Amino acid sequence: MTQKIKDATIPTIPFGARIQRWFGRNLIRIYAVFAFTYLFIPVAYTFVFSFNDAGKSNLIWQAFTFKNWQNPCGAPEVCSALGNSIKIGFIATFFATILGTMIAFAIGRHNFKGRSASNLLIFLPMATPEIVLGASLLSLFLVFKINPGFWPTVIAHIVFCISFVVVTVKARIASLDPRLEQAAMDLYANEFETFRRVTLPLVAPGIAGAALLAFSLSFDDFIITNFNSGTLTTFPKFIYVSAARGIPAQANVIGSAMFFLALTLVIVGQLVNRRKVR
Amino acid sequence: MGKNRTPYLLLLPGFAFLFTFFILPIINLAQTSTQTKIAGGDTGQYEQTLHFRNYIDAFVANKEQFGRSFLYAIISTLLALAISYPLAYAIAFKAGKYKNLLLVLVVAPFFTSFLLRTIAWKQILGEEGFVVPTLRSLGIISQSTTLTSTSFAVVMGMTYNFLPFMTLPLFASIDRIDPRTLEASGDLYANGYTTFRKVTLPLSMPGVVAGTLLTFIPAAGDYVNASILGDPTTKMIGNVIESRFFKIVDYPTAAALSFTLMAAILILVTLYIRKAGTEELV
Repeated sequence: MTQKIKDATIPTIPFGARIQRWFGRNLIRIYAVFAFTYLFIPVAYTFVFSFNDAGKSNLIWQAFTFKNWQNPCGAPEVCSALGNSIKIGFIATFFATILGTMIAFAIGRHNFKGRSASNLLIFLPMATPEIVLGASLLSLFLVFKINPGFWPTVIAHIVFCISFVVVTVKARIASLDPRLEQAAMDLYANEFETFRRVTLPLVAPGIAGAALLAFSLSFDDFIITNFNSGTLTTFPKFIYVSAARGIPAQANVIGSAMFFLALTLVIVGQLVNRRKVR
Repeated sequence: MGKNRTPYLLLLPGFAFLFTFFILPIINLAQTSTQTKIAGGDTGQYEQTLHFRNYIDAFVANKEQFGRSFLYAIISTLLALAISYPLAYAIAFKAGKYKNLLLVLVVAPFFTSFLLRTIAWKQILGEEGFVVPTLRSLGIISQSTTLTSTSFAVVMGMTYNFLPFMTLPLFASIDRIDPRTLEASGDLYANGYTTFRKVTLPLSMPGVVAGTLLTFIPAAGDYVNASILGDPTTKMIGNVIESRFFKIVDYPTAAALSFTLMAAILILVTLYIRKAGTEELV
């Protein structure tokens, strides 16, 4: 019955025109598929070559093996470099998130003299190319005879992470409904209680997002790290240095594992969030 | 009184930190930029002589790399915009319940180190990869043409690496557009193109500005793509600064080049923001 109605109302469109129409309607989706393919080609390549039985140089496909995954620390220095990156990432994220969130509240919630100058000071590190940030910090450390290494790298990472934290948290603060806080005040909560029980929980997802962003920026940073880390090896630095003589497949294992770990964390986080909303 | 002090107390620790480790280093770098070699001193020993000619000398010696940096950065910013805008639009308006998942997928490649991905491109586009032999057998490129060690590879790598910086702010501003404004435009007999030009694009302008800045600035100072995917003829100003610092230990020239780069970027960015008419940054 329904079939008949369809036949009656929609005149038969020639096959070619139908395809054309489908393309017209889905052009942007097709485009998006291509864009995602572009984004994921090197990720897929890295993943595939993590199974390569390559020996020292992971350039040409040899044979399939699980042994790189069974022994991700098999190549010298890979895991100590990874450990350094994670340590630096956590410490830098911790401090950048605290300092940045405080600044975001000051700028986002208060009107004070020097507010636009403060905005400028936050924008400047983002407008400074990484190479200038890294070079200028290194020359300061050299003046004070501080050897580049672990802590100089942490400091450098905090510098460039703060601005991103401020921008992210500020956006979240700006999207808050001020009536929620007014309601809390109407219900006789004092300023501190309002902040702790209303404002902070509402801003928390923004802070969490900022921390995640800071960690990923720190973890993946090469240019600034290269200037300030001296002989310390981080994961990106390890890859850059070993690129000349061939990257061990274990680096591909770690890169792929980080990818899947982050993806899982974010998806689980979203599922938990969705359940909460319900 | 206490209320007025709150913002300053909140700013104090963060700004003290930024002053010490961002402003001071920049001032120090400015001092370094006008120093000259101590006569008879060791490598890396310099004294302050307010030698402003360093700037001119450094620029003249490296104007080719400067030009290349800005050319590559502009091309890859435009390419990233062309790829990201439809992508961000599709995620915001066409993804339905998969919106968040797709947004995560845009950021996800970030977690595989960008160096690993850049080196992956080098191998994919290299002689042993599958792209070059395929294009050769199809006759699209000649037998002697290579894809790595070319400006094509460098620009492609830069476009690739900065793509999420473009897509995220674009998505943020497109997603904020009320779909009813687009319907209203259609109701007023605007066709798809007019709706885009008169409604969607102006409303998404803050995202376009933020995205192009977040892509252009790091791209202009980048040297990693040029050194992995390029060859000596694709050297950018970042490569020069890096080698002045580490290989030649010529701090004044490196400092002068850094400042010239920063000044050029700030001038371009200011002009651009004026032109785009958005005062609200990021």
